[in-house]
Amino acid sequence: MAATVKYADVEVGTELPLRSFPVDRANLVQYAGASGDFNPIHWRESVAKAVGLPDVIAHGMYTMAQGGRFVTDWVGDPGAVVDYGVRFSSPVVVPDEGGATLEISGRVEEKLDDNKVVVALTARSADQKVLTRAKAVVRLA
Amino acid sequence: MALNRDFIGRTFPPSQPYEVSRVKIREFADAIGDQNPVYRDQEAAKAAGHPDVIAPPTFPIVVSLVDNGLADPGLGLDYAMVVHGEQRFEYTRPLRAGDVIVSTGTITEIRSIGKNEKLVLETEIRTVEGELVCKSYNTIVERGV
Repeated sequence: MAATVKYADVEVGTELPLRSFPVDRANLVQYAGASGDFNPIHWRESVAKAVGLPDVIAHGMYTMAQGGRFVTDWVGDPGAVVDYGVRFSSPVVVPDEGGATLEISGRVEEKLDDNKVVVALTARSADQKVLTRAKAVVRLA
Repeated sequence: MALNRDFIGRTFPPSQPYEVSRVKIREFADAIGDQNPVYRDQEAAKAAGHPDVIAPPTFPIVVSLVDNGLADPGLGLDYAMVVHGEQRFEYTRPLRAGDVIVSTGTITEIRSIGKNEKLVLETEIRTVEGELVCKSYNTIVERGV
């Protein structure tokens, strides 16, 4: 079960429409607690700046999780993801005031056998590409 | 600082068994802002063909980074300078509530890229019964100064 997107209905080039995901400091604190990654660069500006970062940055895995959510919402079943990988090309800088926005879009890059397709993701924040080589292999209905 | 090349190919002892709970899955799903009912509601998960609630695709990071050996002082890794370079998961099936899993990490690569040091850690996540659920490929970069 239970992907809602049918393999027969997608082609190479099928677009997954862009969505915006806001991220603020409270999200990062909550993610630190849930994931166990308490690196202070994700919640303390003084530490982030002391190690040469412009400000607090999001956990790479938080950004990757938003990409995962983008794909699984499209497919309809998170269990349909068989492979998911990303490269963290640029940090998502999260200011104290206002936070940041992640903009994620996708495109079917390849159709494989066994109803699987490769979805290539694009993720940007503040005009920077924050993920590159971001690809998920999902099994469609 | 250069990482100890003797660690290339080293497999660390398996982690302590970790029991995946419904509460932890829900906490993680809440933290990533994902309201999908298959992470929270057993009936919804069953309707989707799963025996119990499943975990989001990036959840295995929670267990792949526990007791993974990178803290071994002999390796020489300065965690304050570490950034996550790449991450990939290959899934045999989704992790789900009730799984008791053990992760075993192997350093497959260490090399210099300019002033930085790159390290790749591959982690196998298996149930205590031995079923391979997921493989994690974690690339970290220790920034040089």
